[in-house]
Amino acid sequence: MTGVDYSTAPQLAILLSGILLYAVAAVFAAMFHRHKSALAAVYPICIIAAAVTAGASLAALLADTHSGFRLPLGLPIIGLHVKLDALSAFFSLIVNLGVLTTAIYGMGLDRDRDLSGRVEPFFPAYALAMNLVLIAGDAFGFLFSWELMSLTSWVLVVSHHRDAGNRHAGHVYLVMAAIGTASLLFAFGGLAGASGNYAFDAIRAVPPGPLVSGLVLAGAIFGAGSKAGIAPLHAWLPLAHPAAPSHVSALMSGVMTKVAIYGLIRIVFDLLGTPVWWWALPFLLLGAATAVLGLLYAVLDHDLKRVLAYSTVENIGIIFVGLGMALAFRASGLTAAAAVAMAATLLHCLNHSWFKSLLFLGAGAVLHATGRRDFDGLGGLIHRMPVTAAFWLVGAMSISALPPFNGFVSEWLLFQAVLAGPQFPEPILRFMSPAVGAMLALAAALAAACFVRAFGIVYLGRPRSNEAAGAHETARPQQVAMALLAGLCLLGGLFGGVMVSAIQPLLQTLAGAPLPAVGTGPTPFSLVAFDAARSIYDAPTITIFLLISGTLTVMLVHRISSRRTRLGPAWDCGFPDPSPLTQYSASSFSQPLRRVYGSTVFGASETVDMPQPGDNRAARFTVRLHDYAWELLYAAPARAVLKMSERLNALQFLTIRTYLMLMFSALIVLLLIAAVWF
Amino acid sequence: MNHAYDVSHLLAGLMIVASFALLYQDRIFAVLNIFAAQAILLSMAVGWEAWTQQRPHLFITAALALGLKGIIIPVALHKMIVRLGVHRDIDQVVGVGKTLLIGLALTSLSLMLVLKVTATAESFTREGLALALAIILLGFLMMITRRNAITQIVGFMSLENGLILAATGARGMPLVVEVSVAFSVLIALFVFAVFVFRIRERFDSVDIEALEDVRGDTK
Repeated sequence: MTGVDYSTAPQLAILLSGILLYAVAAVFAAMFHRHKSALAAVYPICIIAAAVTAGASLAALLADTHSGFRLPLGLPIIGLHVKLDALSAFFSLIVNLGVLTTAIYGMGLDRDRDLSGRVEPFFPAYALAMNLVLIAGDAFGFLFSWELMSLTSWVLVVSHHRDAGNRHAGHVYLVMAAIGTASLLFAFGGLAGASGNYAFDAIRAVPPGPLVSGLVLAGAIFGAGSKAGIAPLHAWLPLAHPAAPSHVSALMSGVMTKVAIYGLIRIVFDLLGTPVWWWALPFLLLGAATAVLGLLYAVLDHDLKRVLAYSTVENIGIIFVGLGMALAFRASGLTAAAAVAMAATLLHCLNHSWFKSLLFLGAGAVLHATGRRDFDGLGGLIHRMPVTAAFWLVGAMSISALPPFNGFVSEWLLFQAVLAGPQFPEPILRFMSPAVGAMLALAAALAAACFVRAFGIVYLGRPRSNEAAGAHETARPQQVAMALLAGLCLLGGLFGGVMVSAIQPLLQTLAGAPLPAVGTGPTPFSLVAFDAARSIYDAPTITIFLLISGTLTVMLVHRISSRRTRLGPAWDCGFPDPSPLTQYSASSFSQPLRRVYGSTVFGASETVDMPQPGDNRAARFTVRLHDYAWELLYAAPARAVLKMSERLNALQFLTIRTYLMLMFSALIVLLLIAAVWF
Repeated sequence: MNHAYDVSHLLAGLMIVASFALLYQDRIFAVLNIFAAQAILLSMAVGWEAWTQQRPHLFITAALALGLKGIIIPVALHKMIVRLGVHRDIDQVVGVGKTLLIGLALTSLSLMLVLKVTATAESFTREGLALALAIILLGFLMMITRRNAITQIVGFMSLENGLILAATGARGMPLVVEVSVAFSVLIALFVFAVFVFRIRERFDSVDIEALEDVRGDTK
């Protein structure tokens, strides 16, 4: 971030032209929102814009560009700063790859059923807003674009506004977005300090004092964390992300949360000055709690898209832990370990944007084919939608951090960083890092359970509803979009070493040092964390080993068992009942986990209503779960506000004299305070 | 130069006495007369300022205060009361004794506050400001301790007197603002007049409690 020269690099110029193309697409779609044939052009324009912007940001990332200029717009005196550095370029790559694939998916959407004139104008506007956040060079531009991003995505969330649930989701989202932005506003206010210069370069030049920086940190974690979905501010994600059309859900969950992380990195690692070790504590604590809690929610939920949204909460937890580790290492002067943690964080941002987009697009395909998102109405889709099922499996394996896919690379790097924890000079951090590591391990195991459950219930077994039985494969553009993302997941897993060497300059600026031993591995594709002797992940070798051992196992099993393919009834737990209800269900799968964690974390209670012998009514089994985060942090304040406003309602019916009296007493009290104070 | 301060303090002090008299008085015509006296005192105080500070434009303010508040408004209100035939005594919500005690407390509060806060300013501004604040607070007190709409008008305008006294004392409030203040008083008079007529038309009374009945308010 040093040595910023205000010239316009060619990468920035190309990037801006791509961003301009988004604006053109948005305006075009808004003008012709009644012409279906014209609207068909919106997604292709978005694809071109995303490709141009992604290419420019990749070039900027590789060249470690520092470029920017100032426009005479925005706030007076300060103006509007536009800047592009490696950090912006990295996140711009995430955003625009996400937009690229979701726009391809959007091309295949059914214009009459899935889309309306309400979606197309706002999709490019949303992409535009996210890009603007990344290239903003001052607090005003940042917050303005941030709000634009919230508002455009809010419009997309309520695009199916006839559903009362969606309207509720939109309401909660809007409230959370407003509170989050207000909090960020205070954070930037603290950063600008008494000088009141909101340009990032000016803020960077004058770091705030210890008290103010603590407040700024709190404001940034609250503001950006609520947008990213950190617990306990996550409650809007499982409402709003599923309510949007699926390709927008993919953007919101896979990409917008990363823009929030960008904001956090920008403030904490760039603008806030030299880190102090205790800054890491909120990140580590919140991150570890979020990771486990998000997955416990996910593993108990019954709605495909909600499960994915909760899983996003978990991944944000992982990213927070990575940020916390990077901060702690950097503050302790262990720059090599900081670089490992930061590399893990950045790669996880990129990887999560890929596999979460893939999973949401797959969920969208299922939703389109069956019209259902609830686990109790799905099943057996692997026979009806084999392509979607295959790609979804790739996504599920990636998110469960299984090699050779990309999720493993970033989580492996993060565990390497956690294992370096004993080097911390502060005892609190030394004590915390293994605890956080254990929580992460639990989260990883729960993630695998969650996605085994989701894949098994949705794609395997027999259909649980007529809609699922009559499902059909999704359209070609959707398949292309998912294939692209699945390919990225595989490539990201195989070439983690290459990707890490591409972000070395970025690691140098954020962590204070590049990765120490890149390129020292036995093959050019090896990923080396600290040194080639003890921490090395050689993805291609492991992939070949997995392929060979897997093939051998399959051959061996077929050799030992009978080679004949037998067709028989599906296993039904011994009950020869043709009803699909006799299958293992989503609730049955999660029951053990619910019994272990549910009673403490969710206050779960099970009641069995068993009829007396002779009574022929059906027995009922009911499970009750409490969402404490919602009840305590959302419902309770909302109730308090309502109650207070009801009380204050009486103030509307006072006499004129009483109003005057109130004003007079307020004045007198203020005068008294002034008289005593000064 | 000292007698300049003495005279302006005397006039401001007399205005406060008038404010207390307004609080004490329970007959409408007497209230109007005292208000007119206060406005004349105000115009004298402003005129004195204009003379001693060599700021001739303040004479306009003094003339406005004298003409508008000293003569036209009291006479208009006087005629209105005669024409409406309303009761000539005033319902007081708080008893006179208590009101005067509260008024004393308010006056001492404003003296304490202003003298303390403006310890570094020059002495005339400080004391003039303290007296003006006391007049403002007493006007406000008059508005909330009386039920009669006409005394509310008078209380409001007495408050306005305090504002103008403060403005002229504070060295160089531009004339534009003074004119606008005068006009706002005039507009307030219109509003209140309409208001009074409306009340009477409907309820044959200018007791503002009647307004509260029609809104269905609790008292």
